[in-house]
Amino acid sequence: MSKAVTIFIDGREISAFEGEKLLWVALRNGIYIPNLCAIRGKKRPSGSCRLCYVQVEGRSEPVTSCTLPVKEGLSVQTRSPRVDRLVRSAFELLLSHHRLDCRSCAKRKSCELLKLAKERGLKMRLSRLAPLEHEWPVDDSAETFVFDRSRCVLCGRCVWICREVARVGALGFSRRGIRRVVTTFQDVSMAQSRCTECGLCVEACPSGALYFKEGKQPAAAGQNLSRGG
Amino acid sequence: MRKGVVFLPLLQGEEELIRKSVDKALRKHEATRENLIPILLQVQEALGYLPGLAMEQIAAALKMPAVEVYGLATFYNQFRLHPPGKHQVKVCMGTACYMVGGRIALECFERRLGIKEGETTPDREFSLERVACVGCCTMAPVVVVDEHVEGKVTPTRVDGILLSFGKAIASGAEAAGKKGEGAS
Repeated sequence: MSKAVTIFIDGREISAFEGEKLLWVALRNGIYIPNLCAIRGKKRPSGSCRLCYVQVEGRSEPVTSCTLPVKEGLSVQTRSPRVDRLVRSAFELLLSHHRLDCRSCAKRKSCELLKLAKERGLKMRLSRLAPLEHEWPVDDSAETFVFDRSRCVLCGRCVWICREVARVGALGFSRRGIRRVVTTFQDVSMAQSRCTECGLCVEACPSGALYFKEGKQPAAAGQNLSRGG
Repeated sequence: MRKGVVFLPLLQGEEELIRKSVDKALRKHEATRENLIPILLQVQEALGYLPGLAMEQIAAALKMPAVEVYGLATFYNQFRLHPPGKHQVKVCMGTACYMVGGRIALECFERRLGIKEGETTPDREFSLERVACVGCCTMAPVVVVDEHVEGKVTPTRVDGILLSFGKAIASGAEAAGKKGEGAS
């Protein structure tokens, strides 16, 4: 067990374990820091969504809290003009890649993007950026769920859970830059892939990219999970 | 239309060849994650491209999901997922060629051959790719076919190049009809 330390988040005194990432300490203590790509238990945080910025006392630049290990006496502010500006830009970049038609979205009730926007007073529309074109058709080949890449924010939660928890390895990132996308091996449809439809990725998805077909939501997702492979 | 890449079926006897070159690469390099790129490079050197079967075999040997190997192979431009054609068409997309219509030449090839950039025709006669500057910008737009440089390539010249390789070119009406079929 690592050493217990005392840190300060927004002036609040909080005890944590040395080396823990700040994001998890904050969330555990009910302090909200926006995040999408952070995965508890992942050894190396991907740090790709750029939403979890905090201002550390004694450092000029904001840093991502998912990669910041806590140590004794660490003092951070979750909000500052610079943090807000970075988060606003990162969020708009994500939205430029995310089809904004919330009324028709199956996940509008549980959408983490909406929740995040509400918490931080961000707008669910683009002011400076043009929306990216979506070239991929909606994949509804699976029995229980739909994969709509136009709503994917590339957080990587589905990829991680498919690999590390479900131990299936059907999903993965492919291509690069603006064409980056979550696909199966050789871009085959979900039904043709090695997907076992355990539903874990659908539950992990923060946006409307993966959602259960109507009436197909399992009572307890993950029950038909194969842990063999 | 499907957005994903369309992969060509393997030729007769190619499976054996793939297995051999994968085994050879795995003998040379230890089957660890760090060696994935060297292994893929060696297999590509032997086969001219990375067939899906090779990626699956390598993934199995390295105990990782095949989609991870696929992700890496699509990340780097160095890796080809399509077999090289008998005739390799390279359309220059350097600044000069791009400005005077390199894209038009590329689209002409795409339409005539019925493939996208980076792909190969099902009969493996032609493969099409884009390259950065080939170094003769005065001749822009430039197309390199099997090491032979063609300058000032107009759509008519594209047809000329393909005809010189014995590729039958559909007349305007036929091409339009074919396009309609493809879209349906």
